Amino acid sequence: MPSITKPRIPLAPLPKNELGLTIRDYEGAMSTLCAGCGHDSVTAAIAHAFWELSTPPHTIAKLSGIGCSSKTPTYFVRGAHGFNSAHGRMATIATGANAANRELTYIGISGDGDSLSIGLGHLAHAIRRNVKMVYVIENNGVYGLTKGQMSASADIGSRPKRGEPNAIAPIDPIMLGLSMGATFLARSFSGDKAQLVPILKAAVAHNGLALIDVISPCVTFNDHEGSTKSYRFMREHEVKEIETDFVPLRDEIQASIPADGATEVAMHDGSVVRFRSVPTGYDPHDRQKVEEYIRERHTRGEIVTGLLYVDETALDVHEMNHTPAEGLNRVAYEKLCPGAAALAELQEDFR
Amino acid sequence: MEPTNDQDPNYYHKVVDCQWACPAHTDVPGYIRLIAQGQFDDAYMLNRESNVFPGILGRTCDRPCEPACRRDRVDGSPVAICRLKRVAADLKGDISGRLPAIPAEKNGHRVACIGAGPSALTVANDLMPLGYDVVMFEQFDRPGGLMRSNIPEFRLPDRVLNDETQIILDMGVDIRYNSPVTSLRTLLDEEFDAIFVGVGAPRGKELDLPGRHDEVESHIHIGIDWLESVAFGHVKSIGERVLIIGVGNTAMDCCRSSRRLGGTDIKVMARRPREFFKASTWELEDAEEEGVSIIVNHAPTRFVIEDGKLVGMEFDVLTWDEGARHSTTIDTVTVPCDDVILAIGQENAFPWIERDLGMEFGEWDTPVVDEVTMQSTLPGVFFGGDAAWGPKNIIWAVAHGHQAAISIHNHCSGVPLTNRPPLGMTLVSQKMGMSEWSYHNDYNPSPRQKMTHVELTKRFQSLDLEVELGFSAEQTAREVQRCLNCDVQTAFKAPLCIECDACIDICPVQCLTITSNGDESELRERLSAPALNLHQSLYVSAPLPQTGRVMVKDENVCVHCGLCAERCPTAAWDMEEFVLNIPYASTSGVLHIPVRSASGSKSEVRTRDGD
Repeated sequence: MPSITKPRIPLAPLPKNELGLTIRDYEGAMSTLCAGCGHDSVTAAIAHAFWELSTPPHTIAKLSGIGCSSKTPTYFVRGAHGFNSAHGRMATIATGANAANRELTYIGISGDGDSLSIGLGHLAHAIRRNVKMVYVIENNGVYGLTKGQMSASADIGSRPKRGEPNAIAPIDPIMLGLSMGATFLARSFSGDKAQLVPILKAAVAHNGLALIDVISPCVTFNDHEGSTKSYRFMREHEVKEIETDFVPLRDEIQASIPADGATEVAMHDGSVVRFRSVPTGYDPHDRQKVEEYIRERHTRGEIVTGLLYVDETALDVHEMNHTPAEGLNRVAYEKLCPGAAALAELQEDFR
Repeated sequence: MEPTNDQDPNYYHKVVDCQWACPAHTDVPGYIRLIAQGQFDDAYMLNRESNVFPGILGRTCDRPCEPACRRDRVDGSPVAICRLKRVAADLKGDISGRLPAIPAEKNGHRVACIGAGPSALTVANDLMPLGYDVVMFEQFDRPGGLMRSNIPEFRLPDRVLNDETQIILDMGVDIRYNSPVTSLRTLLDEEFDAIFVGVGAPRGKELDLPGRHDEVESHIHIGIDWLESVAFGHVKSIGERVLIIGVGNTAMDCCRSSRRLGGTDIKVMARRPREFFKASTWELEDAEEEGVSIIVNHAPTRFVIEDGKLVGMEFDVLTWDEGARHSTTIDTVTVPCDDVILAIGQENAFPWIERDLGMEFGEWDTPVVDEVTMQSTLPGVFFGGDAAWGPKNIIWAVAHGHQAAISIHNHCSGVPLTNRPPLGMTLVSQKMGMSEWSYHNDYNPSPRQKMTHVELTKRFQSLDLEVELGFSAEQTAREVQRCLNCDVQTAFKAPLCIECDACIDICPVQCLTITSNGDESELRERLSAPALNLHQSLYVSAPLPQTGRVMVKDENVCVHCGLCAERCPTAAWDMEEFVLNIPYASTSGVLHIPVRSASGSKSEVRTRDGD
């Protein structure tokens, strides 16, 4: 943990966003994670994404469960709403919060332990319901907070810092999402903000649950030779054939189809995700092709990163349930809970 | 860009903005830390090494360091470096035991110094420990040069001046008072091995306007001559209404001295608008605090003399175009007065140097002097201080003196003057443990401390009452913490970097970037925060091991908080104290300065080449 808090420097010539805020206004408390932790880079990428989007801090709700990853919401956007929930229950709390107030921008931070072990069921159902939120899994393949045991995302053959190589098959959150009907799936790497920040911005714009699996090396327990989630392993095995730009609504969109036939996706709020390059024959709307591509690369020992799948046509949880356009928390109590007489009248219809 | 050569002392030297801007390259952050630790003797000695007169300069320096100070770019006001220097000088104990030993056996070389001002005294200071016989010729009966004659006592008390000049004279200088040199030829015949000319720029500029020479009694004075007469007690009063023509620092000393000698209505008349004044802003403020009026856009046209008596002065009132290049007269006014002091500049004069000695004289009828060696075209005759290239200030004179001493030592040792000892440096890690440094790395938001002055009601009672009271202990404690420790450098080792981005994310001023290399102009645009201050360097690392990208650091507003090094998992970043080893003639194996010995933070003894 650093000896001092990050000082505020009055005249530091920092760029400002549309709200007149600098990146410093999107930071939180000092991180107490290990020096060099990938999670801190993800934190910085999130702060950057919200800063670049000029999202007012008070319109953001940040949620988490338990784990190293789940400490990180404290470290970004100190002006946002926040909820640290029980282990694995971030998705559940987020679903409830979103149900009550759909007007906030929800971002949930979780880890491979929180989401793929104890909270797997909750994640699966949040995906099914297509809760409009950014769901970040900071995936390091180990339980760092309990001294580095292999987690549910550890690859077969990956070696822990001490002990035997992992023999248990991993859960891949992207494959899981594809099979559960997720509508926005991306994989990235904490050491590559140039890729991660546009993905986060697109995820904020997405109409539904945007699942981002971020490989985020644990410098203390999983950054050694034999690890498949180390900085070096990622730099040697990452495949970045899918490249996307996020074009916010305010920018003029210059329609041009890239030479390799990649497409543009209009997001719900009018912004655009532009696929700068995709492999030949790849279609980010085609669940089956995406799955085949990832599997094929995986058998070659490669880790595909980028915005892998997006479906902007699906309904989110509120649209499926025909709730009002405004947040339920703003609907008058008498209307939300019209009383015994109204209930009796309703029940009368079913007699 | 090519990877930065951080083994070149000048790279890190430039990062220490104050030290880089100081002509004598005083180790400012080093002595400020020593003051912070209460080691005033050490702070004084560290200061003295480069600038020789910490007590004098702590009151009178033109402070080129302060406009350069990084703190100015960080919160809008620089560290009060100059007044902290005074703190060290005021609170030091007896340092006589720490002065270089003077060899009893002389080396057989004799050096003449003409003048006993800051440059000549510096030459003596550097040469005496080497066994030279130094003979110093001074026109007055006291040493100090313009520090004595042109700086009033209410700014620089005699005891401070006497103390610091005496330290050098006590090294055994053969000082000859009341001995103006009237002929260089005579001196050349006296078998000196070298002659150093440090006579200042003694001639005040004249203002030949109508009426200048029509007085019966003289009430029109040349500024520096008048100050000299005041300093030596020849002038004890002045009229009530005084006009000062000119608005440089001499004008400020003239108006404030007038205020103490009977002047009550004092006006400083300036031709140009305020932003073009030559006087330092703090000297202007100090004068105005004492009730002096500063009148802009008035160009003098004639002295108004009635019956042989000065009664006023006539001025054209001007308006200026943008940039104040061209003026238009819009009115003419007469300002009544009893005395006028001309403070419009000073120039060199060498009537005592015969022009047939083989010494080349240049454009302004001043000797041609080599900018590095300080030697004139007459071998063995050196110049320094204002005598070299016209009026500068004391700290430049000291810098000249150090260089001239090296040249004289070379000259007497038969070494070519161009063969000068190189700059050296040491870099020592300040890491004491996990997130623990030997320097105070946190940013302190204290505002610049304001110097307290003697109350106005008491101030004018005597000419020698020092106006500035110095910093209190509390003020000193706050001011030292404003220093950003720019000499504790962010040293980077590219082979250790795993490109985790931790340093980039933690930097409070976004001065770090990992990116692909490029041309400087283009690279400056695409950093975490654009590097728009082109006076400040970019550090560019060697290619990083994992991706071949480079680490780039914009030095501009780095506050040296060390968070990059604290968050680095591989110690690729480290905070290392940079010490510039400046060569002096005197210090080859002579002067040892222990750095921060009492605090336990660092126990090395700083050594010089040849130790």
